[in-house]
Amino acid sequence: MDLDDTPEQAAYRAQVRSWLDEHKAEAPILQGPGALEDEDEIVAARRAWQGKLAEGGLAGVTWPQEYGGQGLGPIEQVICNQEISRAKVPGILDAIGVGMLGPTIIAHGNEEQKSRYLGPMLHGDEVWCQLFSEPAAGSDLAAVQTRARQQDDGSWRLTGQKVWTTNAQFASYGLLLARTDADVPKHKGMTMFIVPIDAEGVTVRGLRQISGEAEFNEVFFDDVALDEGAVVGGLSNGWGTGLTTLMFERVTIGLGSEGMGYNSTRFAGAIAADEHARRDPEVRHRLGEVASELLAVRFTGYRTLSALQKGQIPGPEAGLAKVTIVSGAIKAGDLIADVIGPDALSEDSEWAYMISFLPGLKSAGGTEEILKNTVGERVLGLPPEPRLDKGIPFSELRSKEGAAA
Amino acid sequence: MNLALSDEQVFLREAARGALSRFKTLEAAREALDGDESAMPDLWPTAREAGWPGLLIDEAHGGAGLDAFDAMLVLGECGRVLAGVPLLGHLPATAILGDAPSAAELMTDLATGERRAAYLPAQPPSELDQRWSTDSASGAARAPLPSAGAAGEDGRVAVTGSIAFVPDAPGADTLVGVVLLDGKPVGVAIPTDVPGVRIEPVSRYDATRSLGHVTLEAAPAVVLDAPEESLAAAWYLAQALIAAESLGSVETALDVSVAYAKERFTFGRAIGSYQAVKHGLTEVLRQLENGRSLLYYAGWARAGAPGEFALAASAARSVGGNALDTAARTMISVHGGIGATWEHDAPLYFRRAQLSRRLLGGTSQATDRVAGELIAQADAA
Repeated sequence: MDLDDTPEQAAYRAQVRSWLDEHKAEAPILQGPGALEDEDEIVAARRAWQGKLAEGGLAGVTWPQEYGGQGLGPIEQVICNQEISRAKVPGILDAIGVGMLGPTIIAHGNEEQKSRYLGPMLHGDEVWCQLFSEPAAGSDLAAVQTRARQQDDGSWRLTGQKVWTTNAQFASYGLLLARTDADVPKHKGMTMFIVPIDAEGVTVRGLRQISGEAEFNEVFFDDVALDEGAVVGGLSNGWGTGLTTLMFERVTIGLGSEGMGYNSTRFAGAIAADEHARRDPEVRHRLGEVASELLAVRFTGYRTLSALQKGQIPGPEAGLAKVTIVSGAIKAGDLIADVIGPDALSEDSEWAYMISFLPGLKSAGGTEEILKNTVGERVLGLPPEPRLDKGIPFSELRSKEGAAA
Repeated sequence: MNLALSDEQVFLREAARGALSRFKTLEAAREALDGDESAMPDLWPTAREAGWPGLLIDEAHGGAGLDAFDAMLVLGECGRVLAGVPLLGHLPATAILGDAPSAAELMTDLATGERRAAYLPAQPPSELDQRWSTDSASGAARAPLPSAGAAGEDGRVAVTGSIAFVPDAPGADTLVGVVLLDGKPVGVAIPTDVPGVRIEPVSRYDATRSLGHVTLEAAPAVVLDAPEESLAAAWYLAQALIAAESLGSVETALDVSVAYAKERFTFGRAIGSYQAVKHGLTEVLRQLENGRSLLYYAGWARAGAPGEFALAASAARSVGGNALDTAARTMISVHGGIGATWEHDAPLYFRRAQLSRRLLGGTSQATDRVAGELIAQADAA
C-alpha cells in the first residue's frame, strides 16, 4: 500500500514539472496582485495559455496522438492536473470540450469532423459548449424537445432552447442533442449535432445565479440552419452518443474533484482563525464530522486511481463522492457562517460565493436524487421505479403526462 | 499509487471469513443476551490457529510482521458476524510492547497467543487539553491515568488507579497501558495474576463484547522503554481497529437490508424500488465507502505518514461509528416491525452499534480529535 508514483509516473511528473517551471511565467494571472479583471481579456489570455499547454503536451493528455494528444492514461491526466495545480497556474479553459466533447467526437465523429474540429478545440482556438439540458429535460435528459427537422436538400432546421450552458458566451461551437423523430419512444428519436454558435438564429443569454454572477447561459435556437454534415454519430443515435459524453463527464468530475477546493484543510483554517470557535465543543464537533467525510473523499480518489491503474473500472465510491463533497461543503459553509457571522456573507467573501454556489452544484452533473437512484440500482441491485414512458412514442407522452397530472 | 488489496490481503480476509463461518456467532449473541453467557464461543483458539495474535508482532519474535491495515481486515471480518475475538484488546497492547526493546521476552508467547494481552485505553493529549486521560465508569468527565510510585528493588513500579470498560480485559494474562510516573506518561506491562490487580467483568447491552473494569492497587508493573509516540499511536490504532470492526458490521447490515428490500413487496412492487427506501440504503453505502477510504488512510498513515495517523484513525472512528448507527437503524426500518424484535438479527447489530460508539473514548471524542488535529495543522502551517 503506497501513494507513490511508479518510476514511469515519476518520470512523467518530472517532465510535466520541468515544462511548467520553464513556462509558468507566461500563464495569465487570475488572482492576487496583477490579476486580469476584464472578462474578455481573461478569456483571451486563457485561450492563449491553453494553446501553450497543448503545445507542451499538457492538454489532451488522454487523447490519441493522431489528434494531437499524448495517448496516455487517466493516471497521467491526474499527474498533469496535480502539477498544474502545484505550479499555481490556470488549467485549460475548455475543460468541457477537451475533457468531454472532444472524446465524444473522437469516439463517434467522422474523419472530416475529427480533422476539422479537434485541433482548434485542443489549442483553445475554438471553445466548445455542451447543449444537452433543457428547461424540461434535466434528470430526464431523454425528454429533450429541441427539434431538428430535415429539409428536402438534406440540411436541417433547428428550433428550441437549451440551458445551464457553461462557456456559451464565448464558445464557437456546441454539441447539441435534438429530437429528430417524435413518433418513436423518446430514447430512439434523438440525434447529436455540431452547432456553430455564431449561426443566424442562435441567441446566448447569461443566466445569473444566487451569487449574482452568470456562470451559465440559456441558448435559444430560432430556425437555425445546419448542413447535412453537422450530424455526429448517425441519425437517431443521439442517446448513445450522449451517453459517451456523460461517461467522460463523470470521469472529468471524478479526476478533478480534488481541485474543487472543498477540503478539510481550508475549512479548518477558517475555524482555527477564531480564538473562541476553535475551543467551542459544538463547532469542533461539526468541523470534525465534515472534515472526516471530506478526508474520506480524498482517499476515495486514491482508491479510484488505484483501480484505474490496474485497468479496473472504479467502484461505487467514485459516484458517491460527489454527494459527500457537496453536502460536506454545504455543512462547512453553514458552520463557517455561524462562526464568522454576517461578514461571511459580504459580497466579496469567498464564503459567500461558496455558499451561493453550492445549492446549484447539488443538481449539477446529475442531481443527488438521480445519483442515488443510479447507485441504488446499479451497485446495490435494487429494482428501478416503475416508469410510465417505456415504449411510448415521444409525441404521445405529453398528453399522457397531462392526463396523469 | 497503490491502495488496492494485495493477493495476500485478499487471502487473509477470505481465510478470516472462512474461519469465523464455522461458528454460529449471531445465535450465540442472542442466547447470551437471554442470560446464557456460556453460549458465547471461545474464539481465541481459532485466532491462534489463524495467527491473528501475532499479526503486528515482528517475525523475529514469532509474529506475522504485518501492518495495521491487515489487522483492520481481520477486525472487519469479526465485525461482519459480531464475533467476539479479543483482538481489540490484544493488538494495541502488542503494538506498544513491540516498540519496547525491554519487552522482547514477552513477545513470543503473545505472538502465538499462548498468553493474551489487553490494552488499557489511554487517550493522548489534544491541542486543547494537555492531559492524558482514560474512560471513566460513568459520566462525561474523563478520568486521570493511573499513577506509578517509585521503583522497587526488582525495578518494578507500583501502579494505582482505575480504568473503566477495558475491552477484552477479562481473562487476559497481561495488561499493557500508560501510567503517569513523576507526571510523565510511561508504558507499563502488568501481569494479571499478581496481588493488586482486580478485573471486574462488566456486560452492557451487547453480549458479544467482553469488557472489564480494571482496578490497580499498588500493582507491580514493568516499565516499558517504548517511546511516547508509540503510547499515543496505540490509542489511535485501537480507534482504527474498532472503526474497521464497525464497518464490517455495516457490510452485513447493508447486505441483509438490501436482500430484504428486493424480496419484500408492497403495493405490487419491491420496497427497494421506492426512492425513500433506495436512498436510505444508498446513504448507508455512502457512509460505508467513506469509512473504507479512511481505513486505507489510517492503514497508510501508520507507517507512511505517522504525523497524520491521529487524524486518519480518528476520522475513521468518527465515520465508522456514525455509519454503524445509520446502518443499524436503517436495517430496522427497512425490515419494518419485525426488525425491532428478538426474532431478527437487526437488534443485535443495533446493540453492537450503541455500545461500540461509547467505548474507547466514544465516537464523539474521535470527532472532536479530528477537529483538534486539523486546527493544530492549521496553526503549524
